[in-house]
Amino acid sequence: MSFKPDPEKQKKPKSSFSRRGFLQGVSLTGGALTTGILETEAEAQTGAKIQGPGEVPITLQINGKPYRTAVEPRSTLLDTLRNRLELTAAKRVCDRGTCGACTVIIDGKVMYSCSVLAIDAQGRQIQTLEGLSQNGRPHAVSQAFTNNDAQQCGYCTPGFVMAAKGFLDRNPNPTFEEVKRGLGGNLCRCGTYMGVRKAVLEAAKTMKGAKNA
Amino acid sequence: MPDLPDYHWPPMGKRRVMGKPMNRLDGIAKSTGAAKYSSDRKPEGMLYGALLTSPHAHAKVTSIDTSAAEKLSGVEAVRVVAKAGTEIQWAGAEVAFVAARTEEIAEDALRLIKVDYEVLPHLVNEEDLSKVGSRGRAVGEQVTGDPDKAFKEADAVSEGHYGIPVLTHCCLESHGQTIAVKGDHVEYYPSTQNVYGIATDIGRALNIPVSNVHVNMDYMGGGFGSKFPADVWGVEAAKMSQSSGKPVRLFLDRATELTMAGNRPSVFANVKVAAKRDGTITSWQSQTWSTGGIGGGNLNAGLFPYVFTKVPNRRINHTSVSINAGGARAWRAPNHPQVCFVTCSALEDLAAKLNMDPLEMFLKNLDYTSRADLYKFQFAKAAELMEWKKNWHPRGDSGSGSVKRGLGLALGTWGGAGHASTCKTTIHPDASVEVELATQDLGTGSRTMVAMIAAETFGLPVSAIKVKIGDNSYPNSGGSGGSTTSGGISSSTRKSTVNALQKLFEVVAQSLNVPADQLEAVDGRIRVKGNPDKGMSFQQAAQKLGVNSISEMGENNPRNAPKEGLNTGGTGGVQMADVSVDIDTGIVKMNRMVAVQDCGLVVNPKTAESQVFGACIMSVCGALYEERIMDQQIGRVLNPDMEFYKLAGIGDVGEIIVHMDIREENDSRGVIGLGEPCAIGGLAAIANAVANAIGVRVPRVPLTPARVLAALERRTA
Repeated sequence: MSFKPDPEKQKKPKSSFSRRGFLQGVSLTGGALTTGILETEAEAQTGAKIQGPGEVPITLQINGKPYRTAVEPRSTLLDTLRNRLELTAAKRVCDRGTCGACTVIIDGKVMYSCSVLAIDAQGRQIQTLEGLSQNGRPHAVSQAFTNNDAQQCGYCTPGFVMAAKGFLDRNPNPTFEEVKRGLGGNLCRCGTYMGVRKAVLEAAKTMKGAKNA
Repeated sequence: MPDLPDYHWPPMGKRRVMGKPMNRLDGIAKSTGAAKYSSDRKPEGMLYGALLTSPHAHAKVTSIDTSAAEKLSGVEAVRVVAKAGTEIQWAGAEVAFVAARTEEIAEDALRLIKVDYEVLPHLVNEEDLSKVGSRGRAVGEQVTGDPDKAFKEADAVSEGHYGIPVLTHCCLESHGQTIAVKGDHVEYYPSTQNVYGIATDIGRALNIPVSNVHVNMDYMGGGFGSKFPADVWGVEAAKMSQSSGKPVRLFLDRATELTMAGNRPSVFANVKVAAKRDGTITSWQSQTWSTGGIGGGNLNAGLFPYVFTKVPNRRINHTSVSINAGGARAWRAPNHPQVCFVTCSALEDLAAKLNMDPLEMFLKNLDYTSRADLYKFQFAKAAELMEWKKNWHPRGDSGSGSVKRGLGLALGTWGGAGHASTCKTTIHPDASVEVELATQDLGTGSRTMVAMIAAETFGLPVSAIKVKIGDNSYPNSGGSGGSTTSGGISSSTRKSTVNALQKLFEVVAQSLNVPADQLEAVDGRIRVKGNPDKGMSFQQAAQKLGVNSISEMGENNPRNAPKEGLNTGGTGGVQMADVSVDIDTGIVKMNRMVAVQDCGLVVNPKTAESQVFGACIMSVCGALYEERIMDQQIGRVLNPDMEFYKLAGIGDVGEIIVHMDIREENDSRGVIGLGEPCAIGGLAAIANAVANAIGVRVPRVPLTPARVLAALERRTA
């Protein structure tokens, strides 16, 4: 599978779907297979272009770089990152939007990549944990997770780090109570929450320090 | 014969690295996403494996047709494991495997496999023993003393029913592997607690020498006791790789993981327990039943009454119930959390009947335990941290509002002596140091522990030690189960590093013209004891090796370990919980937990505390949220996902205070494993706190709002 960053820079993808538009497209694609509605009719009804079945070429903007690959329209962003682009920091755990192990940041918003279709992520700025370290230096959140032992087996950690990063972007000076609420979308089985709470508060401090510097 | 080197741990006050809190070595790799788990591997040309499981709890496969799946473009291997005639014994049992160019194609291929079943009657629930019929098997009665006489003579007798359901491990990285079979050589990336031993399963299945099976696993995403063998999916992935000539990655999907990749047996209990007026327990009687799936539920009922096993009069019965559900696997402290919950609940109920503070009652009976002094100290410490005296009130006496606060306690014990382990240490002439052993780091911090011990021996910083684990080409260090890893690897590492240092001393001794036994390794230098200026840097010492390096082995042999004193077994810990219960909604809120835990010599207090924090959080999960729910109608797990198989979130666990019981007398017992012992008592402490808060026992965990409200209703009825 080709997964190299696109050398010819990012081109605007041919069809940039809104989530709503995409979901309409999906339901009609399904319909087209079983009831024989013509693609053109479906398009006329929704204004969305039918894609698939079968792999379609896509371009994703990940960590500021364009990546081109081909996926089936049903492929999630998570599976595309992991299976096609070898960006494996995001983990597949519940695979249905509960546990947060697959958390990425899309257009500044913390999202579960298992619940976003890859074709729907085109044209959006996707940030994964791989993109957080700068020049080989761990991000303040990653460092704080290590300092506070906010990890054991580490499988939930990438999701937690991304959720924490997104949380701190929105709320750079959180209280302890806000941290507990703000990180409620991620689950850990080893039980690392005590460390995570401390890590997020420490990262808030260091990130402010970095800004002032 | 020269004298054996002195392997003893340096005295507690003289350690430079051990005993100091240290960040785990792989922390940055994990928190930056650089850590590659076996489920992240993607060797060139890799296929994606998928597994078809049985939808029926009990059925016979009458026919299976894979031809359509085989014809699907992109499918490269199809294997049937449940051929026509196979009797399926649980929903989720393996039926067929496929491997395909993409994951999506593999899933489509599964849908094209046509299986016909003759559905047979099943049983999937064990809670009501009267309904299990011939599936229950009494495993015999154990009687000690004269329980009936003791019950008759007792001042107080308490009877109760208690239940704790089947839990599943819910490892975040599901069971599975990436595997590449090329000719008679295998590259095997499993997710396992058994890096060295697991190769045997694959070698045997493929009929190739185990020495040709190379196992590599740097990281693994949780096991908790459930990941030892290669399993059917490992063998089938290997065979699909063999037939296709391509690597195969196959990890169970979440539903399959929660349905059949291991679980912790349930326990249901009817208990009668008696005491004198002063709280001295005189008699214990328990009738329990449990299931761990088709194999039944073989509880170690001899553990009753938990920790207080020397209660003089006891009658213990257990019934093992076989149900049509996936099999049990070891789960952090097999038997103990359940037996602890039943025992500590029953004792708390007895204390309430006597109108006695359960802390007093537990203290009163410590002579029935094997570690009276240890528990006495730990209860005092926990009570201090919990402000027990100030915050405890008699059961139900919790004020007039609708939110009731209560405290509860429990205690636990475990063995945890080190397993057999071998370790190899190499000092290179450039002064780099490698420590190799085929152990694994489940997230417990074993990698860091090895580095700290080597650094201690050599007087070097931890960063100077290269730890090589997670690979079966290193010396055998056993699987990680039963909290045996810490004792095993710490001891073998100590001996191997001391042996290597001894060799280095011999080289240095010649050039300094002093006896080797007069040398010590301190602060990056090899120097003469009592004459610190006479010596050389570790670097200079290593250069004297010329072109040779030093490689020395070290072994922990459990038979000799007790007299060597580097590790032993036998730990104790106590837990206390502080909860608030809203009696209008039935919602239990964790305020605080306190855990005081001994594990002998603590190598890295930071990762040790993390394990205890984690165990407390698992206890919250088990006490309030987690339960595998089986449906008798359809015979399947109703909640094989993470939305309804509920784990606690970061805001659900309250505050947790961990006190590692690090004292000279505990330290002198050497290193003892920690994974199991801290994962025992928390659940029981929480259940007791809820009873204390609302004035009535909620007999069955998890303590959901519905169960809390039902218990309150029964009280008022």
